[in-house]
Amino acid sequence: MDMRTPLALAANNGHIPRDIAKIDAPLAVRGMTVSYGEKPAIFSVDATFEAGKMTAIIGPNGAGKSTLLKAALGVIPSLSGEVSVFGNPLGVARDRIAYVPQRASVDWDFPTTVIDVVMMGLYRKTGLLSRLTGAHRAHAMACLDRVGMADFADRQIGQLSGGQQQRVFLSRALAQEADLYLLDEPFAGVDAATERAIIDVLAGLKADGKAVVCVHHDLATVSRYFDNVFLINVRRIAEGPVTAVFTPENLHATYGGRLATSHIDQLDLVAGA
Amino acid sequence: MGAEFVQFSLTPILIGILASIACALPGNFLVLRKQALIGDAISHVVLPGIVVAFLITGSVAALPMLLGAAGAAIVAVILIEAIKRLGNIEPGAAMGVAFTSLFAGGVLLLEQSDTSSVHLDVEHALMGNLESLIWFKAQGWSSLWDLEALAALPHELGRIAVVCALVIVLTVIFWRPLKISTFDESFAQALGLPVGAIGFGLVVTAAVAAVAAFDAVGSIIVIAMFICPPAAARLMTNRLETQVTWSIVFATLSAILGYVFAGYGPLWFGAQNAVSAAGMIATVSGIILALACLFGPYRSRIGVGREEAA
Ligand SMILES: Nc1ncnc2c1ncn2[C@@H]1O[C@H](COP(=O)(O)OP(=O)(O)O)[C@@H](O)[C@H]1O
Ligand SMILES: [Mg+2]
Repeated sequence: MDMRTPLALAANNGHIPRDIAKIDAPLAVRGMTVSYGEKPAIFSVDATFEAGKMTAIIGPNGAGKSTLLKAALGVIPSLSGEVSVFGNPLGVARDRIAYVPQRASVDWDFPTTVIDVVMMGLYRKTGLLSRLTGAHRAHAMACLDRVGMADFADRQIGQLSGGQQQRVFLSRALAQEADLYLLDEPFAGVDAATERAIIDVLAGLKADGKAVVCVHHDLATVSRYFDNVFLINVRRIAEGPVTAVFTPENLHATYGGRLATSHIDQLDLVAGA
Repeated sequence: MGAEFVQFSLTPILIGILASIACALPGNFLVLRKQALIGDAISHVVLPGIVVAFLITGSVAALPMLLGAAGAAIVAVILIEAIKRLGNIEPGAAMGVAFTSLFAGGVLLLEQSDTSSVHLDVEHALMGNLESLIWFKAQGWSSLWDLEALAALPHELGRIAVVCALVIVLTVIFWRPLKISTFDESFAQALGLPVGAIGFGLVVTAAVAAVAAFDAVGSIIVIAMFICPPAAARLMTNRLETQVTWSIVFATLSAILGYVFAGYGPLWFGAQNAVSAAGMIATVSGIILALACLFGPYRSRIGVGREEAA
């Protein structure tokens, strides 16, 4: 529990307003700490994700990237921290968020078809018992079409390639018609064509003024794909426009010795500040 | 089939079918959640529950027995959750710890207390008493319209019918949350679904089904029905809706064929006595599972068609 007053917190953090109720960004997280055991997985993390922008969450394996998304969504409990979604508490604004978990987190052998998975994105609209209509199915098919998977609607999900599975997950998120999209490693294990297809869809969302946040691994594509970057290694290292914070210094701070200098030199980075 | 069938076979078969379906339905979700062992756990802890109920009330009446069993099942479920959370142990191991210790406790209680005189023996617990659940008052099919005869139906039939109906209604109402949270738990939580409560509700429903079925048919059917029909059904289809339908078909088939084989099978082979119906029903469900493994259309699912399509 953070016992300090909002005023003291604001003073602590310079230009970032700590009084979370005043922030109407799609997603704002303040002072988030999560621990699975003794050591915290993320510690006192502040983050603000903007509308009409694509943000990459970057950090080494085990840095707490997935944990940050899950804690922001209330999927895992946090020790402390506040979350605001479009200026509202999570419970009020949940319907405006679409979450795409890491592909490896589910059992793809589950007995269900592609279209069925996409229809799961309609749950907040249909609730427990209301009948699924032709309109629902048409909507789901349109979402599949946007990711180029309409021909696979009746396939069992286990019979898809990794890239196709990832596109089905994205399609389920599209079906939710959300304003904030949180994707955990959407490009992990997908081929180049799928990566292109996913980026095109995400760029379309951004153009519509939605906020898109991706946990991302490939440092080489950060400047090409994303507007903003959020660097994390248990603590927040830096956040802001790629042009300002995607610097060698910040990458060193994030990855420590795990990233060779020669590797960093090859990246399309902004000159050190 | 005439009066004799109605009097001696109709109710045991019906009870067998209802008990099998009541267990197979939640079994579908337990198997998909890799929690199928919980059926095993529940049927083990039923024993200490019954013994404690007997020690407290001093009677072997059905109601205290049922309440004791249900209480023990819920204690086991909570214990498993607690061990899992506090010990950070995987679910299978937590179940193993919970049910072996509770079962051992039940055996100790049974030995220490003076319950040996009453009918609380292990064979009854395992095999139940299906053959004895006959409809004594029945004269033939016409008895189905005879209120007086209907009133004399075995109590077990009414109880298991109510529980089976309850399980069906709950499965229908909570179908979508069950399906979503079983497939993708984090997504379900992000939707705001009470995933913990859904999982707990599923296990408690399974416990209620297990206890009601245990009362009528013994634990061997309970354990078999939680696993065999759902696992066999999974090999018949790639859709959850169809899988659940198949599991009901297989549960029903096991109950009918098992009862018939138990009663007449040994005679066909020249043996004198019938064998236990409960044991035979469990055996048939196992044979159906074996056949599904050999011939089910979706049996070699893993790795099929995973060639990278560009
Ligand atoms: N369910 C869990 N139980 C215990 N530890 C976990 C769990 N999930 C993640 N962790 C640990 O928390 C840390 C952060 O994990 P995670 O958020 O998944 O990292 P990232 O997504 O950045 O690779 C890691 O050290 C990981 O081992
Ligand atoms: Mg991760």
